[in-house]
Amino acid sequence: MSEVKFSKEHEWITLEGDVATIGITKHATEMLGDIVFAELPEKGSNVEKDGTAGVVESTKAASDVYTPVSGEVVDTNQAIVDDPSKINEDPEGSAWFFKLKMKDQSEMDGLMNKEEYDKFAKENAS
Amino acid sequence: MEIKKTSLNKLHQSNNAKFVEFAGYEMPIQYSKGIIEEHKFTRSHSGIFDVSHMGQLFIYGDESLTKELEKIFPLDLKNLKQNCSKYSFLMNEDAGIYDDLIITKIEEGYLIILNAACKDKDFEILSNQLGTKFKMNLDNSRSLIAIQGPKSVEILNSIIDGVDQLNFMTGNWFDSDNQKLFVTRSGYTGEDGFEISISNDKAEKFVENLIEKGAQLIGLGARDTLRLEAGLCLYGHELDINKTPVEANLRWAISKSRLSNGGFIGSKKIMNQMRDGASQIRVGIKPEGRLIAREKTKIFDDTDKQIGEITSGTFGPSVNGPIAMGYVYKEFSKVDTKILLEVRGKKYPANVCALPFYKKNYVKGVN
Repeated sequence: MSEVKFSKEHEWITLEGDVATIGITKHATEMLGDIVFAELPEKGSNVEKDGTAGVVESTKAASDVYTPVSGEVVDTNQAIVDDPSKINEDPEGSAWFFKLKMKDQSEMDGLMNKEEYDKFAKENAS
Repeated sequence: MEIKKTSLNKLHQSNNAKFVEFAGYEMPIQYSKGIIEEHKFTRSHSGIFDVSHMGQLFIYGDESLTKELEKIFPLDLKNLKQNCSKYSFLMNEDAGIYDDLIITKIEEGYLIILNAACKDKDFEILSNQLGTKFKMNLDNSRSLIAIQGPKSVEILNSIIDGVDQLNFMTGNWFDSDNQKLFVTRSGYTGEDGFEISISNDKAEKFVENLIEKGAQLIGLGARDTLRLEAGLCLYGHELDINKTPVEANLRWAISKSRLSNGGFIGSKKIMNQMRDGASQIRVGIKPEGRLIAREKTKIFDDTDKQIGEITSGTFGPSVNGPIAMGYVYKEFSKVDTKILLEVRGKKYPANVCALPFYKKNYVKGVN
């Protein structure tokens, strides 16, 4: 499995072959607070880089989930839809959101590594 | 305008509060445990709420004041016993609501608790109505602390002996640690609890004392989920100048004895609506599944006609599901009516339901 990469919209992504697994970062969950609802893209649908690919809602507000790369949705994590509190518990592990079959792996190039993301998140923390 | 701070601001900071601006005040939305934990702690133990941003209006006077206030509020104030409180509203001539409030008859006159965002305007309206005959004091020198939840009576009584003898919606002055506190048994969470009016310089120490006895600070985020589960209105959401108390389904708060002769501001409209019913009414709404429908969500019937709008919607931690309140046309206001909610361009099924979502635990008959 590839190194974990991060987007400015606070998603993380790993790549195995041409299938990317995407979720939201721990930092994102800390900003959102208690997550109580999650909506994921439909299996078989196509999503575009930087487009919306789901929604999470905390007790306070709704937030869009973006996809850092384009591709076809090949799997979604029903466990986080059934129990959204799992996202707060293990955001960068078992609470992944969806898996994409990537078309163009060069879309990974502009993403941040862990060190870059931690710095970015720290600077953008409100 | 510079943001205002309550006398507990430092205490909020040292308890890792996340702040938001609310009605011109820097207020804690939550502390480190988060809204759901804070909500559940209030329901099971005892939560402390800084509500010092709310207005504490003392109006001094005797029976002539009672008479004047009856021209404003739809209440039977003549027969209200001293130290008893009533929920009411300040209205315009069309019964549109300027503010909702709690009014308590005290020895010196009346104490009215007003919403933070409305208090200055309320003061102006009441001053114009009452003229200069009565001394009015929107008291900025006092803080207001609410303590809510089943353990609150024991905790507060260990600091202020005798509060356990108060009935729900009554209050009194108490002496504690060389200070005069006005304590009412009331609140806005659906739990048993108290609101304590205390001078600003004593507030921080008082709250630290409550924390030592096992209560915890709770932010505005959980205050909102708690009041929504209890089916209680929030001004600016369920209530505003374009809504009347009858539309807001608050008929119970209008004294029956005032409905035969009227004589309060807005009485004509109120009496008409009490007789004919209102065309739209506030209801409880339960979305099917886990979907959350927030404020301004449009409500439809099954023929795609818009029939109303959500005024508050969130996830209810004790109900463990989404809950909402909103206004629908009268013919759709019956419990179990199927409705549709439009969220992010799609329509989702929901049901009109009875309020509250969470059974209230008020203590009615202590003595």
